[in-house]
Amino acid sequence: MDYEAVIGLEVHAQLLTKSKIFCGCSTEFGAPPNTHVCPVCLGMPGVLPVLNRQVAEFAIRAGLALHCRIREKSLFARKNYFYPDLPKGYQISMFEAPLCEHGWLEIPADGKSKRVSIIRIHLEEDAGKLVHAGDFDSAVESFVDLNRAGVPLMEIVSGPDLRSPEEAAEYMRTLRNILVYLEVCDGNMEEGSLRCDANVSIRPRGEEKFGTRAELKNMNSFRHVEKALAFEIERQKRVLESGGKVVQETRLWNAEAGKTLGMRGKEESHDYRYFPDPDLVPLVVDREWVERVRKNLPELPEQKRARFVSEYGLPEYDAGVLTAEKALADYFEATVKAGVEPKPASNWIMAELLRELKDDEKDVRDCPVRPEQLAALFRLMKDGTISGKIAKVVFSDMYKTGRDPAAIVEEKGLKQVTDTAAIEQAIDEVIAKNPTQLEQYRSGKTKVFGFFVGQVMKATQGKANPELVNELLKKKLG
Amino acid sequence: MKITRKEVEYVAHLARLELTPEEAEEFTGQLGQILEYFDKLNELDTSAIEPTSHAIPVVNAFREDVVKPSDDQETALKNAPAREDGFFRVPKIIE
Repeated sequence: MDYEAVIGLEVHAQLLTKSKIFCGCSTEFGAPPNTHVCPVCLGMPGVLPVLNRQVAEFAIRAGLALHCRIREKSLFARKNYFYPDLPKGYQISMFEAPLCEHGWLEIPADGKSKRVSIIRIHLEEDAGKLVHAGDFDSAVESFVDLNRAGVPLMEIVSGPDLRSPEEAAEYMRTLRNILVYLEVCDGNMEEGSLRCDANVSIRPRGEEKFGTRAELKNMNSFRHVEKALAFEIERQKRVLESGGKVVQETRLWNAEAGKTLGMRGKEESHDYRYFPDPDLVPLVVDREWVERVRKNLPELPEQKRARFVSEYGLPEYDAGVLTAEKALADYFEATVKAGVEPKPASNWIMAELLRELKDDEKDVRDCPVRPEQLAALFRLMKDGTISGKIAKVVFSDMYKTGRDPAAIVEEKGLKQVTDTAAIEQAIDEVIAKNPTQLEQYRSGKTKVFGFFVGQVMKATQGKANPELVNELLKKKLG
Repeated sequence: MKITRKEVEYVAHLARLELTPEEAEEFTGQLGQILEYFDKLNELDTSAIEPTSHAIPVVNAFREDVVKPSDDQETALKNAPAREDGFFRVPKIIE
């Protein structure tokens, strides 16, 4: 039978505040265990959490960018469950009255765009981290680091609108890009600042009713989101086709095994007994606040893309590639600002720069070549110090060493040869060595001209000015 | 009967409370009485009244996003029954 997948994603985004959501402890990643903790985030009795204003501000910003309605009065609620990474025995979250609701996000799908609904965005605190010593299966103890407990999270819940693993990954990419543009989240999936759970079910194509869903957890990259969903959809198909029933359950993606596995020993379905947290007063966001945030919204990917076309005269394709990552767009603009023409800058970034970064699996934010250095390389090309071909060699070196292009050109003697006499000498030698090709050329096979150019460039280690070589060769072969 | 003994046992489990059979019996009766009293309150028509979430009419208590010194690790772990290398040590729990 032909089945269709129905997928909804719950994305947890860590908000880029300096301090935690309800206390002044630092949110910095990677500190020694249990050093960013205080009585509030340790859940000591008698303490009072107080909301970080910036957390609300960031969530409103995200809500507006995702076309949500901002609720005038939201409430924090306690979500009760016991787990060692949760010192209070409850997580402060939002339940009935989330801050943002009824939004949407457009993603590219099949060459068109598809609107995915955002059901809600709510605020909550992160839990601590459990570390298992040694081999997981044989370990009998866990270690708890509460540095992450109380770090602000925003949970973004999509509607069940996604129909394939590819669409789900595209949604994640688009959402991540927007959050990074908004400067509310750094989008780092490996460090866990962006996490994703997926609800997935299948149904016969054409059927309206949803099938029974499984909840997938533990996918820490776009690729894994896609792989885990693809695996799970196939698994559910096999279950149905062998006459079985899909059970509603939580499954963990195991990246090494390439499988989703049902969670072991899971107790009865969670009953969180939510109730309003009496320690936190309601969050009231008046129209004035919303409008102030709206007015200060930064440029979003779509707008930037349009501007790159109109302001820099770039083709749609270039604008799309460059704005797919805010950091890349910033790099391009800094390069242009440093004096490079937009289109050549775009070409160079898309071809040379992105290739090096990809080979290196590096983020553009960690690019060893600064935009000013790239601009300096362009100046060397423009004033004729080096040819375009040599520039690529120099760039490779810049990327490896982070050094300035002028220093590399100097040290490696890569200056372009514009000395007519030197080039003529090289040409004479090449002609003398290749009488057959000379004969062919003179008998009308002008195609071998390219051969001569190549030989001369080779003889000058690529340093001869190509235009000059062309001009002089024509004369000599004449 | 407003609440069954099974429900009382379930709620006790969620709260990680261990009840003896006698206690479960006793609390079933007591909780039943409490819930019956709520029936009395339910006689009032409150459909037009917004549910109360807080007893005081205060909203928007904020702190600014400023980092304050945290406790040191020693203080944080002082009351821990078990610890190791700066971590709280707990029995392994597989969810």
